[in-house]
Amino acid sequence: MNMTATKIEVETAAPAAVAAPVVAMTLRRPPRSETYARMARETAVRVIPPLVVIALLTLVWELVCRRAGSALPPPSKVFKDTKELILDPFFDHGGIDKGLFWHLSASLQRVALGYSLSAIAGIALGVLVGQSVWAMRGLDPLFQVLRTIPPLAWLPLSLAAFRDGQPSAIFVIFITSIWPIIINTAVGIRNIPQDYRNVAAVVQLNPLEFFSKIMIPAAAPYIFTGLRIGIGLSWLAIVAAEMLIGGVGIGFFIWDAWNSSHISEIILALFYVGIVGFVLDRLIAGLGKVVTRGTATS
Amino acid sequence: MTAYLKLDHIDKIFTRGAASTEVLKDINLTIEKGQYVSIIGHSGCGKSTLLNIIAGLTTATTGGVLLENREVNSPGPDRAVVFQNHSLLPWLTVYENVRLGVDKVFARTKTKAERDAWVMHNLNLVQMAHARDKRPSEISGGMKQRVGIARALAMEPKVLLLDEPFGALDALTRAHLQDSVMALHQKLGNTILMITHDVDEAVLLSDRIVMMTNGPSARIGEVLEVPLARPRKRLELATNATYLKCRQRVLEFLYERHRFVEAA
Repeated sequence: MNMTATKIEVETAAPAAVAAPVVAMTLRRPPRSETYARMARETAVRVIPPLVVIALLTLVWELVCRRAGSALPPPSKVFKDTKELILDPFFDHGGIDKGLFWHLSASLQRVALGYSLSAIAGIALGVLVGQSVWAMRGLDPLFQVLRTIPPLAWLPLSLAAFRDGQPSAIFVIFITSIWPIIINTAVGIRNIPQDYRNVAAVVQLNPLEFFSKIMIPAAAPYIFTGLRIGIGLSWLAIVAAEMLIGGVGIGFFIWDAWNSSHISEIILALFYVGIVGFVLDRLIAGLGKVVTRGTATS
Repeated sequence: MTAYLKLDHIDKIFTRGAASTEVLKDINLTIEKGQYVSIIGHSGCGKSTLLNIIAGLTTATTGGVLLENREVNSPGPDRAVVFQNHSLLPWLTVYENVRLGVDKVFARTKTKAERDAWVMHNLNLVQMAHARDKRPSEISGGMKQRVGIARALAMEPKVLLLDEPFGALDALTRAHLQDSVMALHQKLGNTILMITHDVDEAVLLSDRIVMMTNGPSARIGEVLEVPLARPRKRLELATNATYLKCRQRVLEFLYERHRFVEAA
C-alpha cells in the first residue's frame, strides 16, 4: 500500500520536474520583444489621451479666436508672434530685454534661495513644534493665523523692511512656502511610533543621533508632503511678486508683455510657467520617493 | 541562590488627572544568572508594564530593579528588548538594524571590522545572514522577529527581555522560532525574561514560570519551577509526565483560581 503510493508520487513528480525547466527556458527568450511591445503599449496608453485632448482644445481655441475682432489671439497667431522667443531663448540685449531662458532662470534662482531657506527653517521649526508640547501650544495658534495671509500681502511690508526688490521677493517665497513644511513636519514628528522611540532608548542614542537616525527618516514621508506643497506655493508666489518688483524674471516678463499689449507673449509665458511648475513638483516628488523608499512601505 | 536581576517591591500606579489605577502591587522576584524565566498572565494584568519597568522605559512608582546589585532606572543595552512587533526600523536594512545597536554599544571596545564581524556573527546565530541587505518590508514576520532577536543579542545584554516575542506569528513559525530561542539560550547561556500568555510556550522554554494575578493591583500569584532537563524536545515533552503536570498547574492557576473576569 505504502509502496505503491510512493511509486505513484515518483512517477507523477518526475515528468513535472523535467518539464518545468524546459517550459521556463522556452518562455524566457521570447518575452524580450514582447516586453518592448508591452512597454510601448503602456506608454501609448498614457501619452495618447492627453495628446488627443490637447489637440482638440487647440482646435477649439483656434476656431473660437479666429474671428476678426477677437480679444485673444488664436494658437496659430501666438506661434507666429512668439516664434523668435521660442526659437532663441538665450538672447540678451541688456536690461530686461532678454530671452525667456534668462527670465525663467532669474525666477528659479529666487525660488531656489527662498525655498531652500524655508525648507531649512520649516523643518527645524516643525521638529521643535512636533517634539515639544509647549512649543506647540505657544507657536501653533500663531502659525495657523499667519499661514492664511496671502503671499502678496507680505510684499509691501518686506519692501519696507528690506528697501530692495530682490530680498523682498525671496522673503515672499520664504514666508509663503514655510507653513505647509512646518505643519507637515510637526505632524510627522508627532506620529513617530513609540516603538522607534523605545528602540532608540534601549540602544541609547543621544539626541543628535536620534534626530538624524530616527526622527528624520521616520518623518520623511510627511516632510516631503510639506516640501511638495511648499514648492508649488513658491512658484505661485514668485510670478505674482515679480510683477510688482520688476526686473528680470518671468513674472515681470508677463506684466511687461501686458503693458505693451503683446498678448501672444503672455500666453507663451504662461505655458512655460506651467511646465516649470510641473517639473518642480515632479522633482520634489521624485526626490521624496528616493529618500523615503524604506519608510513608505512600512 | 544568587540574585542577578532583582525586582524589589515594585508598585506601579498610573495617574491620569484625579483618577489613579494601581497596576502592579508589591512585585518581588529574583532571577539567577543564566535562567530562563517567563511571566504569564491574562491580558491587562500589567505584565508588559512590568517588562517596561525592567527595561527602564517606564519607571516604577515605588520599589526598584537591581541588576548585579546596582539599581537601574533608565533604558540601556544591558537589558535589550525584543519587542512584540519586532520594531525594526523600516528604512534600514537587516544588517543596518543590527549594526545600529552594535555601533553604540561597542563604539570604544571594537574596531569597525570587528563590529562588522560581530553583526554578521549575530545574524548567523539567528540564520538571517542571507538577508543582510534586505529591508524589513521584504522579509516575513518570523524573519523580522529573528532580526529583532539578533539586534538584542548583538548588544550583549546582561538580561534579554522578550515581550511576547512570538505573539504575532503563526503557529508553525512560532514553534520554529521557539526552538531557535531554546538553542540560543543553550548555546550562549543568557539570562532571559519573557512575557507570554501561551501556557505551552512558557512550560517548554522556562526554568521558572511566574504567574500573575489579574489586575488592577496585579501581584505575583505563584512561581512554578519547571524541572525538565535541557535540551528539551517539543515532541518528546508532549507525553512527558512532568511537562504535563507543569502545564496542568499553570492552566489551573489561569483558568480556575484567576479566571479572566471580563472574558467570563
